[in-house]
Parts: sequence; structure tokens; C-alpha cells
Amino acid sequence: MPSAATSEIVEGIVIEEGASLWGDALRRLAKNRLALFGLITLSAIAFVALITPAIAPYPYDAQDLEYGAQSPNAEHWLGTDRLGRDLLSRLMYGGRISLMVGFAATAVSLLVGVLYGAAAGYFGGRLDSFMMRIVDIMYALPFTIFVIILMVFFGKNIILLFLAIGAVEWLTMARIVRGQVRSLKEKEFVEAAVAMGLPSHTILTRHLIPNALGPIIVYATLTIPNVMLLEAFLSFLGLGVQAPMSSWGLLIREGQEQMEEFPWLLIYPSIALSLTLFSLNFLGDGLRDALDPRASKD
Amino acid sequence: MKRISDVPKICILLAGCLAIAGCGGEPGADGMIIRIGNGTEPEGLDPHIVTGVPEHHILLALFEGLVRADTTDLSPTPGVAETWEESDDKRVYTFHLRADAKWSNGDPLTSKDFLYAWERILTPALASEYAYLLFPMKNAQAFNEGSIGDFAQVGAEALDDQTLRVTLENPTPYFLSLQTHYSWYPVHQGTIEAFGAKEDRISKWTRAGNLVGNGPYVLSRWSPNEIIETIPNEHYWDVAGIQNDGIHFYPITDGQTEEHMFRNGEIHITYGVPISKVPVYQAKNPEQLRIDPWIGTYFYRFNTLRPPLDDPRVRQALAMALDRDTLCERVLQAGEMPAPFLTPPDINGYLPSARVRYDVDAARKLLAEAGYPNGEGFRTVDILYSTREKNRIIAEAIQQMWKKSLGIDVTLSNQDWKVYLSTTSNAVMGYDIAAGGWIGDVIDPINFLECFITDGGNNRTGWGNEAYDELLAKTMAIGDTAERNSVFDQAETILIEEMPIIPIYHYTHPFLIDPRVRGYTSNLIGYYAYHQLRLDNAASGEL
Amino acid sequence: MIKIIVRRLLEFVPVLFIIVTLVFFLIRLAPGGPFDRDKEVPPEVRKQLEAYYNMGVPLYQQYFDYLAGLARGDLGPSFKNASYSVNEMIGMSFPNSLELGFYAMCVAVTLGLLAGISASLKPNSLRDYVPMSLAMVGICVPSFVLGPLLVLVFSLHFDLLPVAGWNTPASKVLPSLTLGAMYAAYIARLSRGGMLEVLSNDFIRTARAKGLSETRVVLRHALRGGIAPVVSFLGPATAGILSGSFVVETIFQVPGLGRQFVESAFNRDYTLVMGTVLFFAALILFFNLLVDLIHTWLDPRLRNA
Repeated sequence: MPSAATSEIVEGIVIEEGASLWGDALRRLAKNRLALFGLITLSAIAFVALITPAIAPYPYDAQDLEYGAQSPNAEHWLGTDRLGRDLLSRLMYGGRISLMVGFAATAVSLLVGVLYGAAAGYFGGRLDSFMMRIVDIMYALPFTIFVIILMVFFGKNIILLFLAIGAVEWLTMARIVRGQVRSLKEKEFVEAAVAMGLPSHTILTRHLIPNALGPIIVYATLTIPNVMLLEAFLSFLGLGVQAPMSSWGLLIREGQEQMEEFPWLLIYPSIALSLTLFSLNFLGDGLRDALDPRASKD
Repeated sequence: MKRISDVPKICILLAGCLAIAGCGGEPGADGMIIRIGNGTEPEGLDPHIVTGVPEHHILLALFEGLVRADTTDLSPTPGVAETWEESDDKRVYTFHLRADAKWSNGDPLTSKDFLYAWERILTPALASEYAYLLFPMKNAQAFNEGSIGDFAQVGAEALDDQTLRVTLENPTPYFLSLQTHYSWYPVHQGTIEAFGAKEDRISKWTRAGNLVGNGPYVLSRWSPNEIIETIPNEHYWDVAGIQNDGIHFYPITDGQTEEHMFRNGEIHITYGVPISKVPVYQAKNPEQLRIDPWIGTYFYRFNTLRPPLDDPRVRQALAMALDRDTLCERVLQAGEMPAPFLTPPDINGYLPSARVRYDVDAARKLLAEAGYPNGEGFRTVDILYSTREKNRIIAEAIQQMWKKSLGIDVTLSNQDWKVYLSTTSNAVMGYDIAAGGWIGDVIDPINFLECFITDGGNNRTGWGNEAYDELLAKTMAIGDTAERNSVFDQAETILIEEMPIIPIYHYTHPFLIDPRVRGYTSNLIGYYAYHQLRLDNAASGEL
Repeated sequence: MIKIIVRRLLEFVPVLFIIVTLVFFLIRLAPGGPFDRDKEVPPEVRKQLEAYYNMGVPLYQQYFDYLAGLARGDLGPSFKNASYSVNEMIGMSFPNSLELGFYAMCVAVTLGLLAGISASLKPNSLRDYVPMSLAMVGICVPSFVLGPLLVLVFSLHFDLLPVAGWNTPASKVLPSLTLGAMYAAYIARLSRGGMLEVLSNDFIRTARAKGLSETRVVLRHALRGGIAPVVSFLGPATAGILSGSFVVETIFQVPGLGRQFVESAFNRDYTLVMGTVLFFAALILFFNLLVDLIHTWLDPRLRNA
């Protein structure tokens, strides 16, 4: 349980705001120690990424060919790679890219996937069939070709990267949301809302999506690390970040290729990615519990 | 399901199953099979269709040309032909085939089989990409391009079943070494035509069970993306000289997997070594690591149509500011040789005299002369490379070198291989500086130098020089090697002065080999005598 | 029910047709063609090559010719491989991918559901944290890291299993584990979330209040709703897993469809791309249909929808 002081402060806020859904949720979130840990870690990671140019010990591309790959030491806390570049600095700069890609692409996939899936599930029938067949078609398109064409026609562009990743990641999200909404739709409270004559978009955004938040949050938190690794593949195709800049996904890929010789090159980027994912999951679980409309009865 | 908390126990059980399953996994004793990692899955096994190195390796086992090459010094040794004569003007070669030469199905192999094969590869409709390697033969080019319809006019003639006469267009010093290339190999007419027409590219005749060859081995199994197995050919003329019970080729695209398989004793010879593993083997198991020289050069192309790279002084400056020694020693680390010129040294005794120096001061001076003192006013240029780890790491190192020594900014771009090919093609020329390389098909300087003739398909730099083109054209008619080499030298001097490309290093072929393997000799073009390989189990036993 | 299935099956035809059309033209938009090589192909030869592979005629003609071939069940010759047709290549590699996918799916579903459900029954306890942490590690460690790590441990260190290959039972263990691990992690997370959701429902409280055993509550009441997100996820995931994984097949030298799917795109092997995409699309359609049917079965209220 959180310390008395914390919960008092938080409760103070809640009282001011009144017992709205979100205020309620925030209060419950603050009580969840793991979720708080997740939130704090994530904020710390984001903060470090933000001020990286000011605090990174070395430039990300500064080489020392004579020095080469060295294990962690006093000068280079996380060691260096084959070109003598400081891993800590590269990890910090790479984090900026990975976090941005991870969150932006996940946001795209969330936005599109949730709305699309909810609409398909709610309206059902022919529209549902039609919308889901479009999803099937998009699934089937060869991603490699899709990315190459994007790159050729629009050039290398970070926005494009989000779109390309978002474009594949929303598909599964849409299917999951649709599945949830389809079964929620049959429940009493939705039927009641329909009977009351509430417009569809209100039912969708106020009743259906909040009740499907559990799987949405879980899947979204799973998407972020997935997206970060996918970015490495896109960089392979020439769409992602360009050398000598790096990202966590690329660092992990490079580290993997030399994991026996220079294990630190794999271990630290993996730790960075894992730490982010763990924090995200704790926060996600906390959010899910906090937002669960039924949980307030506990 | 009653006790769901039993997950750990289930895990242990599963691990147990794994362990038990693992015990049966040792490959059984299957005679003396040599297992070789072979890069990618071959595109086919038709010697007239394929173009790659993995295919070359397999075809070496399944077919044989008129002449073999000594695996050490690549001098010609008897193959299907027992003896041969060369006319005084070096334009006519007469080959005397072995009387006991046979196909792997027992059919006699005669001079007519060679005529059939050469006619086939030169047939325009077959669209063979290596048909040009037969162009030294009289009228071969005209026949391939369709201006002659009658193969009888091509300079190949069967005097009788055992005698074959080849007339050349020009004296060609490397003609005999061409015979080791699969484009000159004979093919079995009966088999090809049992499965399709002569000019069918797509055919089942190359499958296991169908394929009839004349090499030391017969194809016994071909499971795509898994394995290609061969067994000794009992009809091979030197069947007594076959030292093993078969060669198995594994298409292994992943270098790390290949190294793991080698370490676990699953293969004896690898196709390559992951870049980071070379120093490890050098330090710990030097007897398992071999680094062969290879007939190839890695270079950067300039787009000479785009300023400021249209200025030879700028190109010179960039070339001179590149520290090849450090790059090879510290970055590449697999014994690559710094390349101060294009043609790898010692091809037919040719050693270029023009060299690029590493001289930062001179480079800075040149750049200043060109109007960019200390790199001021020099626009950011881009290095384009296709996605491979080596390309990236080289480009990263060179980017820093140029930045440090010349004060210029360079960006890096990578593209997928086919996009890269399209971007750098003569028609598109959409790059500033592009990483590239050339592996020789033929042991002759012309093979390297003719890449950069004006508008040549492999030029891709926009550069052209009449004097250069004329010099290369002149070499065609010269039979004397020393004289020819001196003309090559003049041409290469122009190339190095004009610098449409920066030579960076000469390739090596690093690979891993089980120390028990005997009879494996190295050479410049990867020409192997697989039948001479054997496993000496007495030696050093355990890997 | 039968009517729904038949209608969905009929929908396959236009969907596949759209996919074929899209991919046919998309792939030709990508720069670089099947005959672009490091060493330039002479223009005369290139012309002959294009003629041989029916690329000399206008694009729309090529498209109609391809459709005509499809109607006969002929996916055409591969541009890259002269010895095997696209039909044969898919025919040879799919069984391997199917087998690998089946094992991986068994690993994923068994481990994932066990971990997820068991965690959801005692949330925020050790029984929750341990499997969920493992699941998160499973997600963070991509298969291109996990595979070689398993090889280092089980093949090179303990010498229990071969490094690569797909010919002995032993050689199939590591690829299946590697491929299954990631999916297991997803399933664990999704099923835990889904179960928690359902377990907080009133009808579960009622069931518990009635004194039903916990096992019965879980199996009879909670499971159906709880694994719904997993089922949604499994539709595309199964199609993906069965049609092969490029990474796992490459690491373990499995002669499967996944490698061809990816490599054909890199090689611009147009016909093989078309063939594999079409095959993959059919799998996706099939499994998504299956998923919808399972949803209906899990949630009886959907039947009247």
C-alpha cells in the first residue's frame, strides 16, 4: 500500500474533482504500488530521453577504431562497440527513437484499431463483414513490399515510419476490440442504453469501449515493444533510422550478432527494452484495474 | 486442471521430454560424407542458367569441363580432355577427349556433347546470362545476338568423337582457364530433351534422379532449402581417385547458424564466417579458420554527374582521405587487403603501377584547390549501400574518417538490395556515392577493367573516357601477356587518376574448416576438387 | 449456422480476387525487378528473359494471363528457381511450416493459457508475478535472440539437441519452443486480462456465493468469456504461425514457407510472392472464419445476432 501521505494528497485531489470516472480511476491507480512504480520508471526513461543531448556522455557517432569493443569500464559505463562508440550514449539516443516510434505507432494503432473494431463489432451485419474483410486483405498484403513502396514514393520520413507500423499493428487490435464489442453489445446495460435512445457514437465511446478497455490496454502494452523491434526491420529495409544513429531494436539486433564476443552489446539494450515493457505492463494492469467500472465496488 | 498451480511441475516434465528427445538426435555414421555450408539455396542446377557462387560449388561436383584447374596454382590440368594443343597464333585450340569419358548414366561422352552444350547456351531464346563467357569463340557473339542463325559458322568443330577444335575470335590468354567455368560445361542432350525443349529455362531435368552429369558426383537428393546430397559417380573417369563417400551441400543463409552448426560438428566446411567471429577463431582455434584470397574488390562508386563529385580533384581528395589500412585491420578484421587500385594483384602476373595513397594533407590541398578549403561550402553527400552488416560498418567508419580529415558532412542511406540496384543503375543514377564490389568471373584483368568502359552496363558512375575505352579495345588483339598487361596498366592509371570509383579493399574468403578434412586447397576463384577431400579421423579427433 | 459458413466461404472469392489484383500491381511498383543483378544482364539477354517469363506483353495482358493460370490452379513458374514451380515450392515447404506451427501452437496455447489463467486466479500474488514476468521476458526477447540463445545452451553447451535442421524429432524441439514462446507470452497476458475481467462479473460472484467449487466456477463459467480476447488474437496468429516464421526458419534451417514468403519479396520473384500471398490470405480468411465461429460458440448470445 502507498504511504499514508501519498494517498492523502491523492484523495485530496479526488475530492476536489468530484467522483468522476477518471478521478476515481486516478485515485485507485495511485494506490497500486506496482502501477506507480511503472509510471515513475516510464517517466524517468522519458525524461532521460528528453534531455539526452544535454547529458549523454559522448556523441552517439564518436568512434575510436583503435579502442574498439571494450566491456563496461569507468570511462564507458556500458562498454563500447566494435567502432569504439560508447554504448550508453547510443542507448540514450536510441531510446529517443524507440520511445517515439513505440508510442506514436501504438497511438496510431490504438486510435484506428479501437474505433474501427468497435464500429464493426457494434454495427454488425454486412458492415461488419465488409470492414473485417478489409482487415483480412490488409493482413495478407506482403509487408516488405508495402514498406518498400512507401519508402520509394514518399522518401525516408519518420512520420511514414509511424504510419507504416501503425498500418499493420492496428489490424489485430481491431479484431480484438470487435470481438469484445460484439459480446458486450448483447449485455443488458447496452440494451438499456439503446432502449433509452442514446446515439450510437455515445454508446460506443461511453459504454462499449470503456468496458473493452482491459484487453485493449493489455494488447497496447504488448504492441509497444513489438513496434520497437519492428522498427529494426524497417530500418533494414531503409525506412527507419539511418546509421550511425541507432535505436533499441537495432542495437539488440546488432548485439545479437555478436552476443558471444561482446555480450554487453546485447544485454544492456535488452534491459532497456524490458524495463520499459515491465513498467508499461504494471502501469497498464493498474490502469485496467483502476478503470474497471465494476471494481469500484471492492 | 484441478491443480492449476502445477505449472512448474509441467515445465520440468516438458524439459525432461526435451532431454529424452535430444538423446536420439546424433547423426549416425554414414560413411565419409563431407558436409559443406553453401550459402543460399541454388537457383537451379542447369549450368547454362545459373549465375551464382553457391551454384558454382555444386556444379563443380556434378559436371566437369574439358580442362580442370590445378587447385593450388590454377594451371590447366586434364579434365574431359586428356591433351590439347594451341596454335602458334593462339587462335586455335584442339582438344583430345578421353576415350573412356562417360556420362553418369553410362552413355559415352563425345565432342558432339560439347557442341550441343555450346549451341544451347548460345541460343538466344535460352537467355543465358553467362553466354558472354563464350564470346571469345569465333562468331559466338553473333550467334548469341541472333545475327547468325547457323551454329556451323561458330568456331567449334568436332573433328571426330574424341577431337574438338575451337577457333577463337582473338588470341585469348585466359581461354583455358575459362574451361573451368560452368558456362563451358557439357550437358546431356538426351536428358534435357526428355524433360523439355533445348531452350527451356524451366525444366525438371536438373532434379535428383533426372540429372545426368559428367562430374565426380551424382545428385542423389535435393530437398530445397534443406540439403543437396551427392554420391560418387561410378562412371567418372577418375572414379578411383574419389576419396570420400559423397558431398552434402547445406544452403545456410544465416552466418551465425552456420557457425553454430560447424561448432557442433554438423558441417565440416562453412561458406563464410560472421564478421565478429574471425578474431575469436584467430585467437582460440586458428587451425579451424582459413582465409583465402579471392578475386574481388570492394569499392565506392561516385556519381560523376553530380557536383561536387563531377570534379576529379574532389574524388581524388575523398579517395586519399580514406585510411584503408585502419579500415582493414580494425574494422573488417578478416585479412582483407587494402586496395590502392581496382584489379586484385597477381592476376596473370599483372600488378597495377598506379596507386591511391593515404595522404590527408594532399587530400585537403586538393579539396581546397577544388574550391572547398577545410570542407567549407561542400554540400552534404550521401553514401548509399545495400543492407548488409559489413556495408554499414564500413560506411560508418568512412563517414567519420572524412568528417575528421576533410571536415565534410556525409549522411548514410541503406536500401534493400533490389532497390539499391535500381537506384544505382545507369538509367536512374539516383545516388552520390554508392558502395559496390566486383567478383571476377574470369582470371583476367579485362574482367575488372571493362566494367568502367563508357556506358558499360556495370559502370553506373556516369564516367567515360575515350582513351580508356581505346586502350581496353586494343588489348583484345594482343596475344602476348606482358604486352597486354602493360596496356592494362595504362588504362588502370587513367582510372586511378580520374577516380570514378574509390577502391577500398580486395575481398578475402574466410571460412571454417574441420581440421580433419584433408585435401582442401585454396585458390583465388574458389575452384575445388571435392573428390580429393577426405576425413582423417585419426587427426585431433574431437572438434 | 451452415448458412453463415456458406456465405462466408462465398465471400472468400472476391476478397482473394482483390488481394491478387492489389499485390499483382503493387509488387511491380517496387523498384528493382527479378532480373536486376549485381552484374548487369546484357540488354539482348534481358529482352529474351522478359519474353520467356511473359513480361514482354503489356501489363494488363500479364495480369489476365496470370488470372487465367490461377483459374487452372497454376501459380506459374518461379522467376528465381528454374527447377521448381511455385505450386511445387509451396507444396514442399508448407507441410514443414504447418508441422512447426502446430508444435509451436501447442507450446503457446498450453503454456500461455496455464500461466494466464493461473495468474488470474490469484492476482497480485507470486503465482501472478512469476508467470507474468516470464511472459514479459518472452515478449522482450525476440525470437532472433531467443533462438540462438537456446542453441547456445541446449546444443552447444549441453549437447542435447542439434543446432539446426528439420529431419529428426530432436531437431524440431528448439524451433517449436522458439516460435511458441512469443505467442505463449501474448496468450498468457491476454488470457490473464480476459479472465480478470470476467471473474469480477456478478454472475461469477453469484456462482461462488452458491458454493460452487473454484474449479467449476473457472471451467464452467469464467473460461468461456475470459479467453475471448485470446481467441480474437489467435485467428491471425494461427494463420501467421502456420504459414511459417522467417526468423525461426532461418535460424534453424527449417525448409518452410516463411522463408519463401519473405525472400520472394526481396528477390522480386513476382510469381512466388503472388503464390505465397494468396496462400497466406486463404489461411487468414479460413482462421478468421474459424475464430468467429468459436466466438459464437463461446458466447451463446451472439447466435441470435
